[in-house]
Amino acid sequence: MARYFTLAEGGAEVEFEDYEAALLAGYARQMLELIDARERPAGGGAEDLIASAFREGPSERPADPALARLFPDAYTESGPGGDAAAASAEFRRYTEGDLRARKHEDAAALVASLESLGEGPLVLGPEDCRRWLGALNDLRLTVASRLGIVDEASLEALGDLPEDDPRDGLMMVYEWLTMLQESLVGSMPR
Amino acid sequence: MGVSARPSSAVLPRAVPPVAALGSPVETERTATPEATADPDLPWITIVHDDPVNLMSYVTYVFESYFGFPEPEANRLMLDVHHKGRAVVSSGTREEMERDVQAMHGYGLWATLRQDR
Repeated sequence: MARYFTLAEGGAEVEFEDYEAALLAGYARQMLELIDARERPAGGGAEDLIASAFREGPSERPADPALARLFPDAYTESGPGGDAAAASAEFRRYTEGDLRARKHEDAAALVASLESLGEGPLVLGPEDCRRWLGALNDLRLTVASRLGIVDEASLEALGDLPEDDPRDGLMMVYEWLTMLQESLVGSMPR
Repeated sequence: MGVSARPSSAVLPRAVPPVAALGSPVETERTATPEATADPDLPWITIVHDDPVNLMSYVTYVFESYFGFPEPEANRLMLDVHHKGRAVVSSGTREEMERDVQAMHGYGLWATLRQDR
């Protein structure tokens, strides 16, 4: 059984070591916290919940570069009226909530399938394949942001780190996620 | 974009950092540069930009599954993004392009819209 995704009846399958499944779920849970913290009601009470349901989404680009990559500006060159920043803010106000919900659902689906994993391979149906693909991509974007990968040169510079470099371990995780995603794309039902 | 996975990474070493490693942001800025408004009759376009993370195979997959492009067309657009740094993937009304941009962001691709010039 392969440690990467292969085609299976109606979907894709992979076999994880226990520590791999635990680590992947841990990263996904942490990304969920990152995504969910983007907009959270001030308190947990019923009034806060009601208020949040009618509140518009955020209009500011996230300060955290990982979140800024997950929720990028829609206008960078020229918005209507010549103001890209104002157009991006308006776009964000009405779309970021849905985008955040999608990314949450993808990552939550990944965590759920890992939590319910028993003996034997993990088998994903078409819907879970799509969600895993999105979640793995979001995870790679997040890890890449933490590693400072902004272009081909910064990516290449990470390819030959000394063993005692603090980024070495996270780079291994990045390459592992890349391999998982690449093998899942190749095993996607189309 | 990320070309492909390195086969040597098929097994995750146990010596990976703790889960908390995702938690330290570094501030960067990307500023908008507004330009004069174009002709209101001109169509709007969705542009997908290259980035070092998204895999070539994944970008092709997204173009196939969201836009319904046949594989050769999806592949050609993906290569345009990869080699030229960006590609126009759709055109239409501003509302339609905002939908496409939002969808691309959902897939994790970096996309913007603007009026065609």
